[in-house]
Amino acid sequence: MKRVRSLLRGNIRQYAMIIALIFVIIIFEILTKGILLKPLNISNLIQQNAYILILAIGMLLCILTIGNIDLSVGSVVGLVGALSAIFILKMDMPVWIAIILSLIAGFIIGAWQGVWIAYIGVPAFIVTLGGQLIFRGLTMVALQGTSLAPLPDSYTFMAAGFVPDIANIEGINLLTLLAGGVACILFIINEINKRRNKKKYDFDVSSIGAFLFKIVAITAAILAFSYALASYRGIPMVLLIVVALVLIYTFVTDKTIPGRHIYAYGGNPKAARLSGIKTKRVLFWVYVNMGVLAALAGIVFTGRLNSATPKGGYGFELDAIAACFIGGASTTGGIGTVVGAIVGGLLMGVLNNGMSIMGVSIDWQQAIKGFVLLIAVGFDVISKIRAKV
Amino acid sequence: MGKYILEMRNITKTFPGVKALDNVNFRVIQDHIHALVGENGAGKSTLMNILSAVYPYGTYEGDIVVDGEVCVFKSIKDSEAKGIAIIHQELALIPSLSIAENVFLGNEQTDKGLIINWDKTRIRTSEMLKKVGLNERTDTKVKDIGLGKQQLVEIVKALAKDVRLLILDEPTAALNDKDSDFLLDLLVDLKEHGITSIIISHKLNEITKVADEITIIRDGATIETLVKGVDNITEERIIKSMVGREIVDRFPKRTHKVGDVFFEVKHWNAFDPLDDTKQVLKDININIRKGEVVGIAGLMGAGRTELAMSLYGKAYGAKISGQIFMNGVEQRINDVSDAIDKGIAYATEDRKTAGLILIDDIKRNITLTSLKSLKRKLVIDSNLEIKIGEEYRKKLNIKSSSILQKTGDLSGGNQQKVVFSKCIFADPDILFLDEPTRGIDVGAKYEIYTIINELAEKGKSIVVISSELPEILGMCDRIYVMNKGMIVGELTASEASQEKIMQYIMQSNKEAVK
Repeated sequence: MKRVRSLLRGNIRQYAMIIALIFVIIIFEILTKGILLKPLNISNLIQQNAYILILAIGMLLCILTIGNIDLSVGSVVGLVGALSAIFILKMDMPVWIAIILSLIAGFIIGAWQGVWIAYIGVPAFIVTLGGQLIFRGLTMVALQGTSLAPLPDSYTFMAAGFVPDIANIEGINLLTLLAGGVACILFIINEINKRRNKKKYDFDVSSIGAFLFKIVAITAAILAFSYALASYRGIPMVLLIVVALVLIYTFVTDKTIPGRHIYAYGGNPKAARLSGIKTKRVLFWVYVNMGVLAALAGIVFTGRLNSATPKGGYGFELDAIAACFIGGASTTGGIGTVVGAIVGGLLMGVLNNGMSIMGVSIDWQQAIKGFVLLIAVGFDVISKIRAKV
Repeated sequence: MGKYILEMRNITKTFPGVKALDNVNFRVIQDHIHALVGENGAGKSTLMNILSAVYPYGTYEGDIVVDGEVCVFKSIKDSEAKGIAIIHQELALIPSLSIAENVFLGNEQTDKGLIINWDKTRIRTSEMLKKVGLNERTDTKVKDIGLGKQQLVEIVKALAKDVRLLILDEPTAALNDKDSDFLLDLLVDLKEHGITSIIISHKLNEITKVADEITIIRDGATIETLVKGVDNITEERIIKSMVGREIVDRFPKRTHKVGDVFFEVKHWNAFDPLDDTKQVLKDININIRKGEVVGIAGLMGAGRTELAMSLYGKAYGAKISGQIFMNGVEQRINDVSDAIDKGIAYATEDRKTAGLILIDDIKRNITLTSLKSLKRKLVIDSNLEIKIGEEYRKKLNIKSSSILQKTGDLSGGNQQKVVFSKCIFADPDILFLDEPTRGIDVGAKYEIYTIINELAEKGKSIVVISSELPEILGMCDRIYVMNKGMIVGELTASEASQEKIMQYIMQSNKEAVK
């Protein structure tokens, strides 16, 4: 029993955020008189927030390493968007080459900052603050102060397109329903396997009732979600990208040695070094990764806007950072999950979208988002103090 | 007999699910040194936290009586007003501030309560520094003086608040013998000047030397109070009360066979990484055999930790030169992961800041150095990891609610066992154990010694670095004496004694003067 309680306490933050997300969804569903969860709006919500979610995944890894943040990602989004538009519209490159070159640009930007942070030892805050100014400036220079538009369909497809359906049925997207079904089956098999494995090693498992409830609840959520998507235009391309990234990064952080090294470094850099972890290398690759993901977010954002603008990506870093902290990351590093960051990002996204539908002005939206960030982290701090006494 | 400055009557403190203190009575006579001893988790710190109002009035039952008057301490300020000050094991000094600034922190010397009077601050500080025999300038930064001197600054800070009852929690745990003696002499001196002290310590030899009374607590209850001159105070007697049984031997017997030379270091030199003109290690030549426990004795700052860390994949030092041979073959070891791969392990002296990831659980700490051995294709086998965690928890008797408990919540002895588990799981051939029993109680020490013996019996080579000479003498087959970055002597177990070791150190100091 004690063990169960300590397990619960460890996970309470994450559950709390999921509960908060559901709560916010329900509230806005009521306040917007049902518009929030209309199939059209769900698709919009995904496409509007995808680039923040992509950034949040990269940002989470930065934050895991002793609470470092990357202030430059908004500017990198702008710069990479500008570069890709220049490649395509001014240099007449094929779209796929432009995308690959853009990702390489992100890699180089990440490596540049990684060298300063990990090997030269300049604090990440300073390096990325510098980066924010440098890359924003370069964006303006590259675009000469004007926007570049429109972009070819093959480019915007990634951000605004939908996965083509396999059959042609009026009003419903068959592929989406199938995908939803397959996701449910995979999820159930995975859960059963996990449980069987735990039993095999004689570890504690949750009660059969709780187990069934979890399966039913999550399966129902997946099915409802896929039905909603199916009754509009199907699976947005960008959803595929985000889901793939979430799966990959959850796997890496959870199950692999590099992932474990990132957590260990964030938990205690000195102990990590004495445990044989090449700490500088870890820090370097975390920033390279951030650069590449920022580039991907830049491509998605530019595609969604269908133009590259000098102000593109302005302020995105703050949304990504907020998403991580709302989702349970620790400001001192070593604690936080990819799923948490996604939940945090979605919470902010639903707030934005819901308030926009209600006609709340942008100014108020800012203030309310700031308030939510403060409450979420404050809740965490207070619950930690309680747990100690 | 003098009057009681402090009486704690029938103190009972319950935490959710545990009774930490059960009807404890504790009385301290004015102008005496009173020692409080007990195993880790016996309730010493809880009792002192009640006295200094870390746990305020109302969270416990019983009375605190100071000078015959029942007191209500709602905050630390209240207890300070009665002249009670506590100096914790982790010093509460700000490293980047000067001695004077630290001494009057929170108690600033002001003109009309607004502007800090720095002259007054400095003058009063230097008066008190003289009193405790600390010869440092008042504007020296605290980070620039050693741990022993920092401890003295803490005492000066308490004196600045007109303390009458000083509580010291493990004041000598991190000090070498010289600094410890100095501190204990100071307490005796303060006693003559009307300052009573309560000292919590695991170092029984020190306690028997300076304490006028010794109160022993076990499992949250007072067992007995021994009075100097009345009771026959010996270390064995205290240990018996502490653990509730007689420990026949403080060092477990070992039946092992010492084999051939396994690890050999030749002409090893290293410089300070912050100042590469300063040579820290000078032409070190040592060897360790299979199944042998070798001790490295020396004063603090002798370069023992630096030696071990520089051998452990150059984790310390700049411009390192010299050769390392294992089984007669020269090895190139350039970083920590090389060292681990070659079978070298190092258990740090500083488990909290450099040994463990305190926010992470037991099993993940144990496996951290050797995750490769848990790898199935790309993935860390988490089931296997849990099994290994459980295995080591049982084998080393790590007292915890489960392997999922955070290491930050464990007691010092159990944290040390996790550090050991981590080293052992890496399956090394040679282990450097740096202060393996610092701040650990008698029972846990015995367990740690047993583990060391088991490893030696398996043919592992073990290097023990320790500031406690009895430990070195009790545990090691052979002892190197280090001083000022050099090996200044080598002794076998049979010929070694505390005096001989000190002799080597003194002699090398003399030679250095010449």
